[in-house]
Amino acid sequence: MKYLLRRGAFYLLTAWAAITLNFFIPRMLPGDPVRSLINRFQGRISVEATESLYILFGLDEGRPLWRQYLDYWGNLFSGDLGLSFAYFPTPVADIIGQSLPWTLVLVGLSTILSFLLGTMLGIWVGWRRGTWADGLLPVTNFFAAIPYFWIGLLAIALFAVVWPVFPASGGYDGGLIPSATPEFIGSAVYHGILPAVTIIISSMAGWILGMRNMMVTVSSEDYVTVAHAKGLPERKVMVGYAARNAILPNISGFALSLGFIVGGTLVTEMVFTYPGIGYMLYQAVGAKDYPLMQGFFLVITLSVLVANMLADIAYAVLDPRTRQEA
Amino acid sequence: MVTAVEPPAVTPGATTARRSRRGSTNLLFLRNRKTVVGLILLTFFMVLALIGDVIAPYDPSATSPIGLQPPSTDHLLGTTSLGQDILSQILVGTRGVLVVAFLAGALATVLSVLVGITAGYLGGTSDEVLSLVSNIFLVIPALPLIIIVTGLLPSAGGLTIALIIALTGWAWGSRVLRAQTLSLRNRDFVEAARANGESTWRIIIFEILPNLTAVIASGFIGTVIFAMLSEITLAFIGVTSISDWNWGTILFWAQSNQALAMGAWWWFVPAGLCIAGVGTALTLINFGIDEFVNPRLRSTGQNAKVLRAKKIRARVGFTPVLRDTTADRKPPRGAPPSRRTPLPKEQP
Repeated sequence: MKYLLRRGAFYLLTAWAAITLNFFIPRMLPGDPVRSLINRFQGRISVEATESLYILFGLDEGRPLWRQYLDYWGNLFSGDLGLSFAYFPTPVADIIGQSLPWTLVLVGLSTILSFLLGTMLGIWVGWRRGTWADGLLPVTNFFAAIPYFWIGLLAIALFAVVWPVFPASGGYDGGLIPSATPEFIGSAVYHGILPAVTIIISSMAGWILGMRNMMVTVSSEDYVTVAHAKGLPERKVMVGYAARNAILPNISGFALSLGFIVGGTLVTEMVFTYPGIGYMLYQAVGAKDYPLMQGFFLVITLSVLVANMLADIAYAVLDPRTRQEA
Repeated sequence: MVTAVEPPAVTPGATTARRSRRGSTNLLFLRNRKTVVGLILLTFFMVLALIGDVIAPYDPSATSPIGLQPPSTDHLLGTTSLGQDILSQILVGTRGVLVVAFLAGALATVLSVLVGITAGYLGGTSDEVLSLVSNIFLVIPALPLIIIVTGLLPSAGGLTIALIIALTGWAWGSRVLRAQTLSLRNRDFVEAARANGESTWRIIIFEILPNLTAVIASGFIGTVIFAMLSEITLAFIGVTSISDWNWGTILFWAQSNQALAMGAWWWFVPAGLCIAGVGTALTLINFGIDEFVNPRLRSTGQNAKVLRAKKIRARVGFTPVLRDTTADRKPPRGAPPSRRTPLPKEQP
């Protein structure tokens, strides 16, 4: 319990740091393009909306910094992230609300799948070390070294152009309206397969390598030898003794590399024009839509924090030592 | 202070001894096949980075009427839709990729060494604070942050990109270094130095730091990979200047000109393979360092080879020990007598 409380405090602090960073970034950078954009929309934006944009970008030079900071938090808690420039005058919060579910489902599912598959493969490769299974290592090595988006490009070229079995872009069939009908869900799943497989293939390598190395290290521990000596079936020694202990660093590694993976998956979305956060961020960058970019950074960071917290809870459940300290 | 601490008088014999020992460890490092392959690959790309713009057959930006040509003898890697030579673009782009990646890696490594070793050695409140900061940087997703910052900057050149990547990518190395420093801090030789009255900074620089060389090197290489991927991703998204040639820029133009839909594979495959080539080279070197640091990982490969030669199936349960070549003749402890009898009940 004490462990979870400590971690909870850490995440609160990190969230605060991210939000504060988000507050300061536009203030440290030249503000002219933002002001010119706001001026361009002058007259079409309500006074309150203009004010919230001024708060967002620190153009409100009349107020002291701490006052701006408080206003920023006030806006944040009322869910006001400013107005998007590119999709004017849609509030940033609405755009995030539309694209977040896509990303959560695609990235969430494929990251978890990749972790599970990679860990299982790593257990197997680590257990059968010295056999032909080691031949898998150079392959994973190769995959770990290429950017996600390039595998995405290859996947599109192979499975959408040369051999058109999957759609090259989009999150669902253009003729459908997003709703909970089986037809729409089927179309969404069909469009999601190629990006999901891309993410799984590119992120799995890291898990295989990490788990394999831990298995190699753990397999030479005495308790594994004892389990063998007791005459336990090999599968039981592999899963119940070696893998069980080897998996713990992989889980904390999962939590820590999540930020990195999310970055990669966002670019995968861009390649597939998938209607999630990543693709919208791409659009926002292209259109110099600063409020939208900032809103996305915030929501991406907060999602990663939540995912990290879940990984921590899983760690606490799996490792009794964390519970014992309380 | 500087004048007070004289370097310890070293007898000539001691110097040569140290030198020869270092020589042998270098050889050990190079004996690893993975490392050698990695180093050769990396050297190849380094050479390309140096002479790329000299050996490039065409001006990478020069357009010509023959657009979207598949590879031919005139254009070894084909042309873009504007008739630019892709081989030249890749050759010229190598330098930008490597310079930014290594610059960012070096900057981030300096930061991580400063933070990680300070936190690990000093302990107490400074450790708490520094670890907290590095953990925060670790959890915040770096790539979106980099995208936002470079997107807000009106024009981001290579140096700026390297700086931003370094500022977001140092945390992992510092975490690893802190853990290593913690384990070194109370070793006897450090205690001895402390008892001798050496200053904290002297202990850190002359006692702790040399023992962290491998960890720092592996952290550096990891950060270089991270920096390269980030930089190329940024160029691919089009956040950074699209007129400077690097492999990401090539992919950016390929993507925005529908190279995929037109089946122009020669436009985006070579750049990706180059990225993979550098990435693989660096990972291989890192593997070499990993196996150098962790003998358990190192010996598995060798043991496996020995066992295979003896037609013994590798089983779990015996401690892999690094053997000298003279000791190879002895069968590994606990290995089953022959592979004919599959022993489900292992008796190591």
